Amino acid sequence: MERQNRPQAAARRLTMRQREALMGYLFIAPALVGLTLFFVLPTLRAAQISLTDWNLMRAPRFVGLTNYEKIWSDGTFWESLRLTLLYVIYNIPVQTALALFIAVLADRLARQVWVRAVMIAPYLLSNVVAGLIWLLMLDPLIGMTNVFLELIGVGKQGFLSSPDQSLISVAGINIWRHVGFTALLFYAGLQAIPREFYEAARLDGAKEWQMFRNITLPLLRPVMVFVMVTSVIGSFQIFDTIAVTTAGGPAGTTKVVMFYIYENAFKYSKMGLASAMSMVLFCILILVTLAQMRLMRADQSDLG
Amino acid sequence: MGIKVMKWALLAGTAMTAPAHAVEISYWMWDGNQAPVYQQCADAFTAQNPDITVKIKQDGWDNYWTSLTTGFVSGEAPDVFVNHVSRYPEFLANGVMEDLTDRIATDSYDMSGFLPGLAETWNKDGKQWGMPKDWDTVAIVYNADKLAEAGMTAADLENLTWNPQDGGTWEQTIAKLTVDKNGKRGNEEGFDKANVATYGYVSSPLSAFGQTEWSYLAVSNGFKYIDQAWGSKYFVDDPKLAEAINWLQDLSLDKGLMPTQEMAGKLGAAALLTSGQGVMATDGSWMIGSYLDNAKFKVGFAPLPAGPEGRKSMFNGLADTIWSGSPNKDAAWQWVKFLGSSECQSIVGKAGVVFPARPEAVDLAIEAHKARGVDVSAFTKLATKESTFSFPMTERGQEVDSIMKTALDKVMLGQGEPAEVLPAANEEINALFQ
Repeated sequence: MERQNRPQAAARRLTMRQREALMGYLFIAPALVGLTLFFVLPTLRAAQISLTDWNLMRAPRFVGLTNYEKIWSDGTFWESLRLTLLYVIYNIPVQTALALFIAVLADRLARQVWVRAVMIAPYLLSNVVAGLIWLLMLDPLIGMTNVFLELIGVGKQGFLSSPDQSLISVAGINIWRHVGFTALLFYAGLQAIPREFYEAARLDGAKEWQMFRNITLPLLRPVMVFVMVTSVIGSFQIFDTIAVTTAGGPAGTTKVVMFYIYENAFKYSKMGLASAMSMVLFCILILVTLAQMRLMRADQSDLG
Repeated sequence: MGIKVMKWALLAGTAMTAPAHAVEISYWMWDGNQAPVYQQCADAFTAQNPDITVKIKQDGWDNYWTSLTTGFVSGEAPDVFVNHVSRYPEFLANGVMEDLTDRIATDSYDMSGFLPGLAETWNKDGKQWGMPKDWDTVAIVYNADKLAEAGMTAADLENLTWNPQDGGTWEQTIAKLTVDKNGKRGNEEGFDKANVATYGYVSSPLSAFGQTEWSYLAVSNGFKYIDQAWGSKYFVDDPKLAEAINWLQDLSLDKGLMPTQEMAGKLGAAALLTSGQGVMATDGSWMIGSYLDNAKFKVGFAPLPAGPEGRKSMFNGLADTIWSGSPNKDAAWQWVKFLGSSECQSIVGKAGVVFPARPEAVDLAIEAHKARGVDVSAFTKLATKESTFSFPMTERGQEVDSIMKTALDKVMLGQGEPAEVLPAANEEINALFQ
């Protein structure tokens, strides 16, 4: 008898607040376990490896901060960061603006399910498949794109094998793949904006552009923050499209930081150095994200 | 219930392993064309050694090496794997390969039955690290239909010459086979180099060591990659190399007889030739089958042009290596012995996908091609000591690869002259060894 009563007694001793906290922790437990197992622990392990000289085949040797010193004087690393930044600049503004445009268009004119299905179609392909498709489409000699360009009199372009167009082409491929998904996020955000605002604005004689500027954009800010933070981080980490289409070439014009890290880790077998580079990139991304959150006042909403 | 199942599992387990010591060994390779052929070898092997089964895994070139090196750490590496000289020095330095010397001696295995040079490549300081598997050389691949359109025959390609100054009969032939949009040929008055319909010569983007794209030119011009096998000094600043690369740069950027690297895309010589963009290419013997299968026209093979120092092809011998961490080294050795045997190499020869390391199996490959109406002697005749040179074997090969690739890209994209870009790359490369 007494034994059975004990848990109930314990539960009774918890205050409401404590019980809520306990429930909360239980709810986030699965995600927390995943985060620890797949993100926190690997990150700590990478930090540990970054302090060693390790070629995968022999036991790692502790070298302190030597790898970080090497990165400091490694011109290719900083060049790869410059290329990455350039890539983000080619990628994000166009992708975000285009996605917002498509979302507003879909919200205003075509709210059918199939429109949204078409929007997200490219995103269902893996980056590798998208890369391969475009590698063939953009091929200067046998690709479809150049046949079309010749027909309309523009002339053949080198695209991925041209040093001036390679990075822009990669950005183009990724915009093509991601714009629909981003648009879908915006579209979802648009559904949360109360329709009355638009009705009221229209009664006051507001133009479409004014409504977009003064209602849509400000009320979409929470979604915008999410989209910007995740897409900027994703853009900084561009890798698979480049691995498939250009492998860092031609003449190193697409050797972005993630590809350079990959080369160091798996081609040159410099696991320690590559981990140190990852840590540097990690810190840069944290700073970039903090700056974005700050600038966009991520913790506030204009609604309500 | 649970206990019962476990008992059965235990019984089954002991029944399977105890009496026969049955083991499964893994064998990895990167060439997808070869995997089915080696499966035949594996079946024949298991028929003779019922307690050993072989599981073959094939992976694309880049991924292959990544899986292999990570496998060494995680303990998932294969018992036996196909090895390449570009990775061999690094693997040796890190002790991931099993030394075969004692096993060869114990079994009195005859290592003299292979083509000269093949077993020697995999022998360092008296220790044998690999069993010769197959080899490759380079030759001219051409579109016989387009050759006939130009009024030429296979015989016209038999004795081509080349020099870096005027390109010799090799350049004349390339010019003759290039046709612009108006039907004018590259050696005719009024040829429009800006609007070429078919190029006389197509090439893959220049690779770091130029196996099929430029080494035949540079080495026949007197270029040497390194001071010695296992050396630590590169000679990429050699003017002889710059001359050869310069000729290629001019051929493509100035004369319009070869697609520029920018316009040739990334699909490589085989795609360009089989899609009808070009008439001739230089390629390796492992690509023979790929050309024959994919071309909608008659494909022919001709010997490389002879340069100032004669006809020179890279000669690259692959080998089968046992992983030093393998838990089944005895079984792995049985398999490696079989891979090197006349029996297995004859199976591979008959399939005609690659030239095996044993001369009698090479003859079978030649015959197999002859039966399909294809003459591959342009590749096999070159497998002599005088007309071949080997892949430059040094440590840090992967870093050298990246530096060379970037330098050659710059040259072929017209961003720099070989005489300036290559010495700078050489300095960067040699700094790796200090």
